[in-house]
Amino acid sequence: MSKNKIETEKMNWEYAAAPESASHIQLKEKYDHFINGKFEKPSSGKYFDSINPATAKKIAAVAEGNSKDVDKAVKAARKAYDNVWSAMPASERAKYLFRIARLIQEKAREFAVIESLDGGKPIRESRDIDIPLAAAHFFYYAGWADKLDYAFPNRKPKSIGVAGQIIPWNFPLLMAAWKIAPALACGNTVVLKPAETTSLTAMKLAELIQESGLPDGVVNIVTGDGKVGAEIVSHDGIDKIAFTGSTDVGKLIQKTIAKTDKKVTLELGGKAANIVFEDAPLDQAVEGIVNGIYFNQGHVCCAGSRLFVQESIKDIFIKKLQDRIETLIVGDPMDKNTDVGAINSKSQWETIQGYIELGKKEGLEIFQSSCKMPKDGYFIKPTLFTKVAQSSRLAKEEIFGPVLAVQTFRTVDEVIEKANNTPYGLSAGVWTDKGSKIFNLTSRLRAGIVWANTYNQFDPTSPFGGYKESGFGREGGLHGLSAYLKFD
Amino acid sequence: MSERINILKTYKIYIGGSFPRTESGRFYNPMNAKKESLGNICLSSRKDFRNAVVAARKAFGDWSDRTAFNRSQILYRMAEVLEGRRDQFITELMQQDSSRKDAEKEVNLSIDRLVYFAGWCDKYQQIFSSVNPVASSHFNFSALEPTGVVAIVANKDSSLLGLVSYMAPIIAGGNSCVILASENKPLCSISFAEVLNASDLPGGVVNILTGKKSELLSQIGSHMDVNAVCYTDGIKDELIQLKEASIENLKRVKSYTYDLTTAEVENPYIINDFQEVKTTWHPIEVIGAAKASY
Amino acid sequence: MKNSIQIPDFSRSPKVDQVGIIERASRFQTRSIKNESKIQALEMVLNMIDLTTLEGKDTIEKVNQMCYKAQHLHDDYPGLPTVAAVCVYPAMVATAKAAVKGSGVKVASVSTAFPSGQSPFSTKADDTKFALDQGADEIDMVISRGKYHQGEYNFVFDEIAKIKELCGNQARLKVILETGEIGTLDDVRRASDIAIYAGADFIKTSTGKIGSAASIPVTLTMLYAIKDYYLKTGTMIGMKPAGGISTSKLAIHYLVMVKEILGNAWLSNKWFRFGASSLANDVLLQLEKQRTGVYQSKDYISID
Repeated sequence: MSKNKIETEKMNWEYAAAPESASHIQLKEKYDHFINGKFEKPSSGKYFDSINPATAKKIAAVAEGNSKDVDKAVKAARKAYDNVWSAMPASERAKYLFRIARLIQEKAREFAVIESLDGGKPIRESRDIDIPLAAAHFFYYAGWADKLDYAFPNRKPKSIGVAGQIIPWNFPLLMAAWKIAPALACGNTVVLKPAETTSLTAMKLAELIQESGLPDGVVNIVTGDGKVGAEIVSHDGIDKIAFTGSTDVGKLIQKTIAKTDKKVTLELGGKAANIVFEDAPLDQAVEGIVNGIYFNQGHVCCAGSRLFVQESIKDIFIKKLQDRIETLIVGDPMDKNTDVGAINSKSQWETIQGYIELGKKEGLEIFQSSCKMPKDGYFIKPTLFTKVAQSSRLAKEEIFGPVLAVQTFRTVDEVIEKANNTPYGLSAGVWTDKGSKIFNLTSRLRAGIVWANTYNQFDPTSPFGGYKESGFGREGGLHGLSAYLKFD
Repeated sequence: MSERINILKTYKIYIGGSFPRTESGRFYNPMNAKKESLGNICLSSRKDFRNAVVAARKAFGDWSDRTAFNRSQILYRMAEVLEGRRDQFITELMQQDSSRKDAEKEVNLSIDRLVYFAGWCDKYQQIFSSVNPVASSHFNFSALEPTGVVAIVANKDSSLLGLVSYMAPIIAGGNSCVILASENKPLCSISFAEVLNASDLPGGVVNILTGKKSELLSQIGSHMDVNAVCYTDGIKDELIQLKEASIENLKRVKSYTYDLTTAEVENPYIINDFQEVKTTWHPIEVIGAAKASY
Repeated sequence: MKNSIQIPDFSRSPKVDQVGIIERASRFQTRSIKNESKIQALEMVLNMIDLTTLEGKDTIEKVNQMCYKAQHLHDDYPGLPTVAAVCVYPAMVATAKAAVKGSGVKVASVSTAFPSGQSPFSTKADDTKFALDQGADEIDMVISRGKYHQGEYNFVFDEIAKIKELCGNQARLKVILETGEIGTLDDVRRASDIAIYAGADFIKTSTGKIGSAASIPVTLTMLYAIKDYYLKTGTMIGMKPAGGISTSKLAIHYLVMVKEILGNAWLSNKWFRFGASSLANDVLLQLEKQRTGVYQSKDYISID
């Protein structure tokens, strides 16, 4: 029998809706601030709506904080630090953190559902990545609390005091874990402000913290917009600031505290290069590129937003990449089959669309998935631009969306230079089968995280943070401790 | 109304995740200070020890391959389960000459020590490993690997804490072990096996035998498939016996005399003592933009 | 022998990253296939099964019974398809042919000194010719794994090409790589390329006779080989994972993988088969559950 060319006999098999059940979750209509172990009404009496970006409908109301609320929270944190937390034996402190970790594991599904409803990320991601990592983070740092003497040779580490922490909307619960866990493990107390578009899992965490029996005032959560963040940063009662967000706001924070003694760590933006050499395992590299820019709708500071593909394999690689993009399902974040969820907010949607229009105007070649799109809500198709030059704005500016800028390269020198030619330096990816080439690239790329033959891997034991304008300080691992300690 | 007759407990040994009796069928009756028998306790034989080592070796591959996070979760779970069974252990310790106060203290310390070492599982590697700046174009790193099957001679004067204090760091580091319980205070060791069994610990990672040290010490020292021995009774002649027997396969013999009621034993160096160091080299191509340039 | 397409240098086959494959494989296994798409999938799975009996103790009656089941999976459930094929040893081909006559179910025969392949080519040729003479519609051959490990890729290639020639227009050729013996995923890829370029109509994972059988990562690697060949030549090749697939859930995940890597065109028994013996009954249990709404018991499905 001779070989057949493509047959027209076609089986059309599409996936039916596979909605995750939300019936078991408990969501209040309104959430107040969490101060001194209790839920406190906002001084302003005002609340703002938290919107589900997949439906553009309200899911709950959140307290609008102001300077009075921040002041109350900082005072509660200071009192808890002075009277209870800094005096508590470290091994007992650890037990609270272990409890929090286990409670998150017990309530994992509820957290995952609320995370997806509030922020737009697919339930598959919140269920399989965000929530487990958040629990693991608490578990890891719980173990450090009574072992700090081993982490710093010849130094006696001590807690600092009260930490002010401001987190972004792309990994709400996970970012809260990244901030709270090490701070508490090192003996500090915390005032945390979640992002205004995604405060709900932080509030559920507050309820969980109550359940864990953590002493009042050790963790305080004040909700609101950027102004609340500014209040925290400038409050005299704050000893240390931890901020994850845009580079612009990071610089603003530094300006605000320049004349003070406050310690600060910043985790800011990125424009990572994901580099594919001709000897890379191509299909796995395609996965890595897709994971790097479309995972979490591209709302990732370490996203591999610049693809550098070696010219000799450009055509086959782009073809494979496009074919793979066509299999991504864009849809309701609560559908278990959705790969790419909703853009977090209307304003972010507009920002990303702006860049897509810009790319078209600049004459770049655009490819977008032909997938079906939901009718309501804020959604954007996975997009890539080829024929991008190093000088294009799409290659320079952080888009924070599912848009990939593709450039080619010919030699190792060239790609290293281009990859480093950016004010950012958070992460990078290298795809090649050759070990010595991997170590060459990892030595020379100016980025805080280099992923070789993989991408977007996170672990509580692995330090995360950037070079240059991507920020300074590291979160995770042994290196994540020093930000929350002072040394004699 | 007549009194209810209670069910007497049979104390068996713990091998490969099961509770068999000693294959020798023998027993002994350790007594407490009031000359009361603690029960008919299995007098384990060299064959039991042999079987335990086989089980430990079988379990080692999987246990050492598990993520550190998984091991830490399991050790923490042991603490959860032990916490839930405080009363059982306090009663048994009191049966074995402890005052109530001391018994409570011992159980608390055992639980907290499990939590302590659970927290080390995914951290000791960060303390003891290194990237070495060799003078050639190589990426060179040293990392720890568990040594294998460890035989533990549990402290003769402690029924629970002595066993827990050394088992925890040894398995936290990815090793499997065979423990010879205290000869005169064996009750808690077998009850602790029940805790292990309920904690998602894979069978064979920890095996517990009861019996006479005089019979089994030579087996422990000479078995060719045991990689290390952890000895904690501080008796010079016994230590010499172990060291001499261990020469044949170069077992690592470690002797500890920590005061278990203090935090002396809570340190990561015990974990390190049962690890091997592996150093790997890999070439680094030198091409491209100089490191200093931005 | 193929000479219209440039044969690649097999010693330089594309590299495969095992960790990356496993990650991609796990994404297929978190797909949730429900309701209509689940029923559609289950029926597809049934129609893709090669119902198999390859035992030393096979007899005429055993084969007859299996062939009956192949056409009457569960008559209580209306509208069920038949399986794709029955798969037997050459000595049982004639029996099977008679038993499935007129039903559309194909008869596949193993050959080439199955399962080891450790015989001279003359034996393998005779084995194949006999099966063809007895009426086989499909030949499932094994490659010479020993020769592969000796680095003699051309030898492996030539054997396949010669068997393909024997099959002529009568039978489609499935080439069994025995992935459990062939080495790493790099080797799976290389062996797949050799088989495809030498003339395979299907590439197949396993004989089912050694411990290690089909898995999603191994099958994924083979699907990438099929995909690359299609991109280069426009020619479709079929895939048959065999052994170790006994649950509907797993089988559906294989279909998800085929759909997302190759596309809907491969979702028919012309291009995809399951080599399985107990899978059919589990699929029937799931179909009954979908139909009635309640979990089923094995007592209600025939065990042949």
